[in-house]
Amino acid sequence: MASSNEDLPLVDRHDTEFSAGSSVDHKPLRAIGLLGVEILSLTTVVGGFALFTARSLAAVFFTRRLRGRMALAIQEMGVRCVPIILVVGVFTGLVLGLQGYYVLDRFGSKGALGTLVSLTLIRELAPVLAALMIVGQAGSALASELGIQRNSEQIAALETMDIDPLGYLVTPRLLAALVVFPILTVFFTVVGIIGGWLSGSMVLSLESGVYWAAANRSIKLADLRESIAKAAVFGLFTIAICAYSGFTTHRRTNVAGVHAVGKSATLAVVWSSITILAADYVITSFLA
Amino acid sequence: MNTLASGAPLLEASGLWISFDGHPVLNGVDLVVPRAQVIAILGKSGVGKSVLLKCLAGLLQPEAGTIRFAGRELGGGYHADRAEFRQRCSYLFQDNALLDSLTAMENVALPLEQTTAMTDREIRQRAGEALALFELESFSGLYPGQLSGGQQKRLALARAAVTKPELVLFDEPTAGLDPIRRNAVFALIAQVQRRIGFTAVIVTHDVPEALVTCDTIALLDDGQIRFCGPSAEFTASTDSRISAFRDSVGALAGIVGTLRRDATVSDLR
Repeated sequence: MASSNEDLPLVDRHDTEFSAGSSVDHKPLRAIGLLGVEILSLTTVVGGFALFTARSLAAVFFTRRLRGRMALAIQEMGVRCVPIILVVGVFTGLVLGLQGYYVLDRFGSKGALGTLVSLTLIRELAPVLAALMIVGQAGSALASELGIQRNSEQIAALETMDIDPLGYLVTPRLLAALVVFPILTVFFTVVGIIGGWLSGSMVLSLESGVYWAAANRSIKLADLRESIAKAAVFGLFTIAICAYSGFTTHRRTNVAGVHAVGKSATLAVVWSSITILAADYVITSFLA
Repeated sequence: MNTLASGAPLLEASGLWISFDGHPVLNGVDLVVPRAQVIAILGKSGVGKSVLLKCLAGLLQPEAGTIRFAGRELGGGYHADRAEFRQRCSYLFQDNALLDSLTAMENVALPLEQTTAMTDREIRQRAGEALALFELESFSGLYPGQLSGGQQKRLALARAAVTKPELVLFDEPTAGLDPIRRNAVFALIAQVQRRIGFTAVIVTHDVPEALVTCDTIALLDDGQIRFCGPSAEFTASTDSRISAFRDSVGALAGIVGTLRRDATVSDLR
């Protein structure tokens, strides 16, 4: 039996002939078989994910009334995440200011605190931490939402109405991520730099003018571009992962119903977080 | 819109075969659905009635067999013929499958918004008419979770009817409803079918209601259609499989006499 979404596969390694109880008795052969199953499983999932993302992006050209749904997704994702972004951003800046001040003071360079805080935030911490926060807040919610819609046959209902579920449910979220992640990263950066100033100049003894002058001198357009580019890439990948995880909830093995939805949300956050860190390394390697 | 003569079948399935975990569920199903009729697919629980309906709708891909709609064979997945079939067909899910983040009006308007080039005004008007047909105008701003079971069922019917489909597939439309509301749902389907003129395929357990409401009865047993004909023939048949099924349903004669073809929306409240 095969469903109409057969081309978005998710191989169940436990269903294969090499799983426990296999007829392959010889240990080395069994190990090779299991390795093959793992590789096949990984390849199938990655292939399914790539197809899912490509189809969702291609649906931009075929989906009706996309702008309205994209605006709604921007509002949901953006508004939902602003408070947590501001809170985490300001505390990150506060800690960076404190730690940076004491370290730089040992070398008589506390005047460079503005440089340290602003560049650290713009180049690395803001895109990464903002993305992690958005995934924790909006990504897990997206995976759960799609998982519930899958379980309650709402996605099947869209198919029967000749509405492409990817175009209707996923594409607007992907486009929204390309807008929301960079904007929230900028928010994070701004409040983080303010946090660094609060701890460096308000709590400790660095002159405000010195802090802001150093920050102003250090920030280059290329740094901002790198930050925005990272945020957009993280947004696209993580929201695609979260959507894929929720969309394939019905294919989870050993769990069903609400447990499958919970597992989808958990896997979405875990894989998204790993992807953010891995992609950060790759992008930094190319841009550094 | 109708491409064939009125007497020709709208939907034909032949040799449908599908299995789950190696166990065949449909084992060569042949079914002919005449145009503008209401056909009920009966059978015991777990015999594969909903699977058959999902195969007809394209939600499941049979491993063998063909499905023809208006004389043209349907491919699977995103095949062009299948897309055209979906535009001309509606499907009513057992649990309604209403989009819970949309209001009643938005649910009904959704297929028009996403699959037609109608203006917002035209869509609102058509969706409003569909809601009025099922006496749901006053609930248009409510979400499905705020509606009762009967209201949700009517909303699902309104969404299925709003595109004025040629074919509507009903998967257990009376699941979870009490006997009075079951009767009302069948009567409502028959009334709307007469008004719009669609062909209806109803998968159900409710034998008495099906016998009273439907033009044709099909019995699915052991993965095959064992009977397909007028309800009077089904009731009178002396075939051992059919009589065994009738006996298993129990006291049919007594129930059938109490059912009304003229039950109304108000009976569904």
